[in-house]
Amino acid sequence: MRKLALSDKILLQVEKPTRYLGNEINAVYKDPDRYPVRFAMAFPDVYEIGMSYLGIQIIYDMLNRREDVCCERVYSPWMDLDRIMHKENIPLFTLESQRPVRECDFLGITLQYEMCYTNVLQLLDLSGIPMLAADRKDGDPIVIGGGPCVYNPEPLADFFDIFYIGEGETVYDKLMDAYKAHKAAGGSREAFLLKAAQIPGLYVPAFYDVTYHEDGTIASFKPNRPDVPERIEKQVVQDLATVSYPEKPLVPFIKVTQDRVVLEIQRGCIRGCRFCQAGMVYRPNRERDLDYLKAHAMAGLNATGHDEISLSSLSSSDYSRLEELTEFLLETCQARQVNISLPSLRIDAFSLDVMSKVQDVRKSSLTFAPEAGTQRMRNVINKGLTEEDILGGAAQAFAGGWNRVKLYFMLGLPTETEEDVKGIAHLADQIARVFYSIPKSERPGNGRVDIVASTSFFVPKPFTPFQWTRQCTSEEFTARQKVLSREMKDMINHKSLRYNWHEFDLTRLEGIFARGDRRLGPVLLEAYRLGCIYDAWSEYFRYDLWLQAFENCGVDGDFFVHRERDLDEILPWDFIDAGVTKDFLKREYARAKEGLVTPNCRQGCSGCGCRKYDGGVCYEA
Amino acid sequence: MKLRIRFGKHGVVKFIGHLDMMRYFQKAFRRAGFDMAYSKGFHPHQLITFASPLGVGLESSGEYMDIEVVSAGDLDEMKAALAAQMAEGVEILSIHALDENAGNAMSLVAGADYKIAFREDMMPMPVSDLKAAMADFMARPEIQVLKKTKKSERIVDIRPLIYDLSVTDQGEILMQVSAGSAANLKPELVLETFCRLNDLPADPYAWLISRLDMYTDLGKDGERRLVSLEKC
Ligand code: SF4
Ligand code: SF4
Repeated sequence: MRKLALSDKILLQVEKPTRYLGNEINAVYKDPDRYPVRFAMAFPDVYEIGMSYLGIQIIYDMLNRREDVCCERVYSPWMDLDRIMHKENIPLFTLESQRPVRECDFLGITLQYEMCYTNVLQLLDLSGIPMLAADRKDGDPIVIGGGPCVYNPEPLADFFDIFYIGEGETVYDKLMDAYKAHKAAGGSREAFLLKAAQIPGLYVPAFYDVTYHEDGTIASFKPNRPDVPERIEKQVVQDLATVSYPEKPLVPFIKVTQDRVVLEIQRGCIRGCRFCQAGMVYRPNRERDLDYLKAHAMAGLNATGHDEISLSSLSSSDYSRLEELTEFLLETCQARQVNISLPSLRIDAFSLDVMSKVQDVRKSSLTFAPEAGTQRMRNVINKGLTEEDILGGAAQAFAGGWNRVKLYFMLGLPTETEEDVKGIAHLADQIARVFYSIPKSERPGNGRVDIVASTSFFVPKPFTPFQWTRQCTSEEFTARQKVLSREMKDMINHKSLRYNWHEFDLTRLEGIFARGDRRLGPVLLEAYRLGCIYDAWSEYFRYDLWLQAFENCGVDGDFFVHRERDLDEILPWDFIDAGVTKDFLKREYARAKEGLVTPNCRQGCSGCGCRKYDGGVCYEA
Repeated sequence: MKLRIRFGKHGVVKFIGHLDMMRYFQKAFRRAGFDMAYSKGFHPHQLITFASPLGVGLESSGEYMDIEVVSAGDLDEMKAALAAQMAEGVEILSIHALDENAGNAMSLVAGADYKIAFREDMMPMPVSDLKAAMADFMARPEIQVLKKTKKSERIVDIRPLIYDLSVTDQGEILMQVSAGSAANLKPELVLETFCRLNDLPADPYAWLISRLDMYTDLGKDGERRLVSLEKC
């Protein structure tokens, strides 16, 4: 039997001991002492969240296929265990061997959202690894970050030795080879980091210096040594069929967010909504082969025993063989009593038909994400969904028996007017009118429609056409939310409408870290020292402590978030080549201001810059 | 067709709760290729009944569940196929077929055997004293405990529910107690009561409890005849 890092006493005391046991089906157990390279793969949030990310499983599987690497997993200990570990000086451990993370050669941390940054510090702190990269010595693990947040890694630059920019499958092998060679030959940490910095896609922040103008904007961003590249090029898998995909996904004991087989059907998106970072940085769109997906669906179900399978991708309706794929899944899954969990699809005859086959129409909702309330505003953000699409789709769905609708919008979009804000309520009301225009006797359900509109607040992100835009202040958000709440109540069908909105303090912080720079490092450290952790969890989010941290460090958060940037300003993430060119983004920003729609990649190429990756939609006939 | 499976739970899996074990087995049956029977409806589920949930922290070599399959092959092969799908610490001990009209494991349970070992340095007294104290405990005509439920508090006599209790030369306590829906006696309650009556502090952490087996009562006319669920 494996020996656990935590005593029975502790495990019987914490809320969900299963989080810390490992022992899941399909976990890989290797004897760490027999592998030249040990890699700890961490997710800076609680187990149930972390276990649900496909990306980690892909890297875990890929690294463990190597005969010279032992890759193990780590998740953030929940607060109950966090306190005990601090009090009793228990070092953070990996789930598989239950041995200290500190013994590993690498600690890889995936960065999926800004509000996990204090948990990154928790992982380092509990591991006993110096939090600042500059304080680490030769024997300390190399701390490497990856995931969507690395498209602006600067706020975390102090804490990481390396950032991996792009898709994990491409250069981890090179990095592992380089490390093995380095370990065999001996040499300093710095010598290894220099080798790493020469591998495409890897960014070693210590080798770059930033200077600032008096007004706080960046004056220069340059390598501080001659042998590292000026720009870091994002790494992209050209042909998805050539890279490995986990055949035996892990099966946790406790219920996790994604408790099912997840089938990644494509990467990237053809659409180019102007607020959407994922749509920009994961370009070009690349589809997976249908036969490959069929085989992987079956293999995944057989290897896990899951009773559900879901399709995962951006804008899944755009996958060109979706009908064939769902037909196949419907046939094979229903025979095996496996549920199909559909991604949100464009509402049309096809999707309604599929939805009615896999879910109970009376209990499920229709989902639309128009993101904005008026056509003008939707043109600004390049969201191709029209009012006719929505009302037409809703009418078809009501005829098919649905009577619940969920709508997703954003408030605070660039150029937004009061009309646009109120437009959200009008659109919701329009949908209700479509429902009530059906003769009473033919209306589905209890004869009433239930429409829930949710708004999140817009956060401008790097590598989008809105990267220069100012974000609304909390006061502006509140004002808009109030206008909308009032307008909702004034609608004829207000009894059928409900309205939810997001937390705005969290949104402000998210905005600061999304587009901040290295000057945020000390603030983050201070916030963690003051007790900030699990910021994404409302029960732990302490905005007061965050404000305190900014004040203690003398850093003005507003500078990063509420300021319209000049188009020529050096942005903290400019040194990254994410595929989409700055010219393209500027063009798109200008078109946004004019309310001009840009066609999607299949309608016509807009020359965004991603053709250079030699694959995907850019080369479709 | 109904099958009864006996399994054991040792080591790290003792921290996995009952509901998670149920989910675990549902997936294991699929991986092992069992031809499970399902309920009808939009979310069909496998027809599985556990004899009795096991508390978190307890080990066992006598857990049971009844499953319904559409078809079954050779039972030894099924046992091997299922065993091949287990996580460390879960052991498939036997599979046997049940009569079509057999009662399910949950409704049959009437008694259970437990073994309690003390953690290192947590024996409350020397073995010989423990033997004597337990003998005194069992010699009581009544053992009253206060049972609290959400609605009421009442005094119950647990003595008739303890069928047998002894202490081994190694200082382990063996007990056979009533179990199941009619009168379920938890070994922890027996130990707490023993401690209380002997003015000892009751520290549940000191006890390493494992369930050894579960029984049904085939006796007639108020006479008890416990038979292992593996044998019926
Ligand atoms: S459809 Fe728009 S919002 Fe959705 S992923 Fe694509 S670009 Fe982003
Ligand atoms: S180069 Fe053209 S086709 Fe390719 S991703 Fe960019 S806009 Fe789309």
